[in-house]
Order: sequence, then structure tokens, then C-alpha cells
Amino acid sequence: MINHIYQLVSPGLFAIKYSEEDIVDKVIIKPSHMAICHADQRYYLGLRSRKILEKKLPMALIHEFCGHVVCDPTGNFSVGELVTVIPNTPRNNDDNIYENYRKNSIFLSSGYDGFMREYVVTDAERVVSVDGVPEDVAAITEFVSVATHAVLRYDSIAHSKRKRIGIWGDGSLAYVMSNVIKFTNPDVHVTVIGKSRDKLSYFSFVNDVFLASDLSEDFTVDHAFECCGGEGSFYAIEDIIKYIEPQGSIMLMGVSESNVAINTRMVLEKGLTLVGCSRSGKQDFLVASNYLANKKFQSRLKKIIYEANSVSSIEDIHRVFERDGNTSFKTVFKWCL
Amino acid sequence: MIFGAILAGGVGSRMKMSDMPKQFLLLGYKPIVIHTLEKFLLNTRMDKVYVGVHPDWLDYMEDLIEKYIVFRKEDIVCVAGGGDRNSTIMNIVDAIEAEFGENEDDYIITHDSVRPFVTARILDENIECVIKYNACDTVIPATDTIVEAKDNIIISDIPERKYMYQGQTPQSFKIGLLKKLFRELSEEEKGILTDACKICLMRGVPVHLVEGEVSNLKITTVTDYKIAQALIGGVLSD
Repeated sequence: MINHIYQLVSPGLFAIKYSEEDIVDKVIIKPSHMAICHADQRYYLGLRSRKILEKKLPMALIHEFCGHVVCDPTGNFSVGELVTVIPNTPRNNDDNIYENYRKNSIFLSSGYDGFMREYVVTDAERVVSVDGVPEDVAAITEFVSVATHAVLRYDSIAHSKRKRIGIWGDGSLAYVMSNVIKFTNPDVHVTVIGKSRDKLSYFSFVNDVFLASDLSEDFTVDHAFECCGGEGSFYAIEDIIKYIEPQGSIMLMGVSESNVAINTRMVLEKGLTLVGCSRSGKQDFLVASNYLANKKFQSRLKKIIYEANSVSSIEDIHRVFERDGNTSFKTVFKWCL
Repeated sequence: MIFGAILAGGVGSRMKMSDMPKQFLLLGYKPIVIHTLEKFLLNTRMDKVYVGVHPDWLDYMEDLIEKYIVFRKEDIVCVAGGGDRNSTIMNIVDAIEAEFGENEDDYIITHDSVRPFVTARILDENIECVIKYNACDTVIPATDTIVEAKDNIIISDIPERKYMYQGQTPQSFKIGLLKKLFRELSEEEKGILTDACKICLMRGVPVHLVEGEVSNLKITTVTDYKIAQALIGGVLSD
């Protein structure tokens, strides 16, 4: 089978790679819906360093998608079943290190082709069923799994006083993180701290929301999740260190192109724990797919999903990336190529 | 039901580089026709896929299917081709009816075996279009100016390019309609009307357009074959 792979060759330029696929013993999936991540958008707009662009391109973007099984010789999945694929691909076993942090793991859409393909051909072990979940929501399973992974790490690291959690950020990651925290820990007091009153208004299910500029001096949290990234990382981490209780854990989740200065004096003084959380593995996908089966959980996610017109050509790919630039949260689109 | 019909009846006289019919030449690690067949089988709306093959090569085609196809093998039927393209299509139609009877909602998606770069989108849009309109043809807009020379010496017409398209395949039809039109043809017409869409046209049946792809190339000449090999990054074999 000759597969068509839609690669970003350089910022703003796509080309098709024709690839003969070895399909023996592989699960073949027809992608149905895809979602754009900030990481994809940074490649598309050329916001990564020239060195990184030269190293990683050409490659197919997109690591969030769902699709229907076309064939599975392993018998694990049925034809037509809605599934997703884990973009992280571990290449060795190590019980001490999560698969998404292992040195030789590869990540599809970071130096290796992502899922902008006519068909996705993969090992059954990397496929996770999301059957029954609406396709537009199932498309962001990977995104949800990043949040479930953060909760997994939080659960294993943070001390047991967990009455108040602060989530810094008002974008998609903060929203999904808040949804997962509230779903798994309904009794915890969750506060979301952001910059946009409009975006904060979407967080109807948390206990309270504040503009970062409106935080009172006596505001405090036991633990915090930083979901800003970019230029906002510095200000968010600065605030978190200021407001968090001693020995609190800070889950760092936002990606920043530049190094971020951290007030280590206060980190030391308060005995804080800073935990890097990035990507996810199979365990996290399975937890995420379990949460996604819940209608209320789905319904909350739907609030931040903007479904752009379907993609049937390379011109359409440009259109959805441009549209995503003007979307407040997640852009999802039907894939017809 | 939706039936795929892969037309692999040719004997490869234009290729000259091999005695092997061109659809059986290797493209990468598999014969061209196998790549094409796999694309049809991957479309889950395609209930069965028929392959029309020259009678002398039927056993060879069956061997290839046995050797290379790893899924939906039971959904493939090989049929002996006729003397020309339309006869091969009608042989396939007869074989479909012999197995499944005549049904009002049966459609056939006919395709050149030597177009292995056909995409999932093109197949999906053919299925949607034929169900809606009963007949459709896959085309790409002409990029070169089309020049007509009826005596092959001087230009007789230069049609306006924006209305010109290059025909590819698939060509898709409601089976009942195609059968009726073909049976109405005289023997002389059958000799001239080698394109099934043209039969529709001659009888006033509208044929809708499906957008093809430049990459959906027909591997007919040695140059086409080299281009196809280069596209998949393979090693040229000559």
C-alpha cells in the first residue's frame, strides 16, 4: 500500500511523501478527526529555532487524532472501532522511568512523522480504543492523557495535604487539567488563575477563578499546576512560588522556547518540589480513555473544541492552521485525505 | 452494495521494457496491481473487489494475491477480462450478478490497475458521488492548453482551458444503468466507445466530476514507471 504522508517541509509549506508501508501484522487506521497542538502551530509558523527546524523537518505534524480501524490482523480491535494512537514510542523497557521520559523514546510529530497521513499503520500495542466517544472529543485523547499523566505524577509526589490546588493558565491545557482534577478529586478546592476574563469564564466547574493581577496577598494553595508555557511561564512560576504553602509541589507543564528564571531562594526557603510533566504513555492513555467514556467529562471538553471545516486538500490544511491562530482553545477538524 | 472493479486486463505492449504486463511490475516491494488492490480493500465501504485479468494471467494474479495480500483476501474475486476495457467491465458485472443477483442499489467503482497512487479521498468521493448521481468520472483540471487537430497536421480548435480536464480513474456507475447502456450499443459502437463514461455521454446520461490528483498517475510508459519509483523513494530497476 502506498501511503500519502502530508509533511511540513518548511514553515508554511506542505508536501506529500509517498511511502510504501509494510502492513504485515500491523493495525491500519483511517484517521477521522485531528486536533492542533501549540507544538504543531510553532512548527507551522516557524517559531522554533532555525537549528531545530533544520533538524526536524520535513515531518508530518499532529499527534492528537482518532480514527477507525480498517484492519487488525492481531484481533485486538474490530473493523470500524474508534481508536487513537500513542505518539510516544518507547524503544526499551525501564521500570524506573516512565516511557515518555526515556532517553531513546521517540515522539511522532517531533522529528518523526506525526499523524497527518492517509492511513496510520502501527503496532497494536500502541493503539487505544476510544469507541463510543464522539469523534471530535476523541481527537483530543492525547491532550487529556497529558493531564492524567500529570495527576499520576502529582499523586505519587505531592504530600497528603491537598485541600487547595491552584492551576495557573486559562488556555486549553489549564482547562483540561482543571477538568481532570475536578473529575478525580471533586472535594479539592480548585482555583484557576489566568489573564483573560473571557477565557476564565469557561471554567464554570472549578471553585473560583482569578485574574493574576487580582490575587490577594493572603491567597494560598497547597499545590500548583503551571499550564501557561511561553512567555507566561516566568510570571506564573513567580506567582506560584509566592503563593504556595511550604513543601508544596509545583507541576510544570507549559513549554517555553526560552530559559525561565526561577526564584530559587524562595524554592529553597519553602522546600518546594518542582516536577516536570510532559507528554504521556500508554497507562495515561488508558486512564484518559476511561474518563472520556463519562458523558459529563465529554460535555466539559466539548466547550473548548472548535470544529473547523473538514480537510480535503493541502489548501485546507493551511486554512485550519490559520483558523487555529484565531481560536481561543482547541481546533479540531475532520480529516478527509 | 459497492463493488470495486480493478481493470488489469492489459498485456503491457506500451512498456516494451518487459514481457510482463505492466500492472505486474514491482513498485517498491510489491507489484503495482497489489498496491492498487490494497487501496480498494482499505476502503471499508467497498463490499467486494473484483480484478479483471487477461485469461492467460489469471493464475498469476491469483498467486500474487495469495503471496502479498494479508487482509480481506476473501473479498477479492478474479475474473477473466474481455477483449477490451468495456468487455472486461461487463465480465465483472456478470460475475457480480452471478454471485449477488441484480440489485437496484449496486454500484461499481472501476479503476485502472496501473494507478496505484489513488487516494482514500478519491475513492470515498467516487462512492458518495455515484450514489447521488449514478455516474461519475475522476478528473484533474488541464494545466496545459489543449489543442485539437482533427487531421493531426493543423490546429482545428483551441478549447477554452478552464473547461478542460484530464480524465483519470476511478469511473463509477450504478450497475443497472451501465448494463442497460452497454446492451443498447451496436457492435460498431462497442468498437468505438472504449470509455464507459463516453457511453453515458452518448446516451445523454449526466456524468459528474470527482476531483482527482496529479499524483494519481497512470503507469503506462517507462518514464511513468521511473517517476512512480522515484515518488516512493525506490531504487530504479533499469
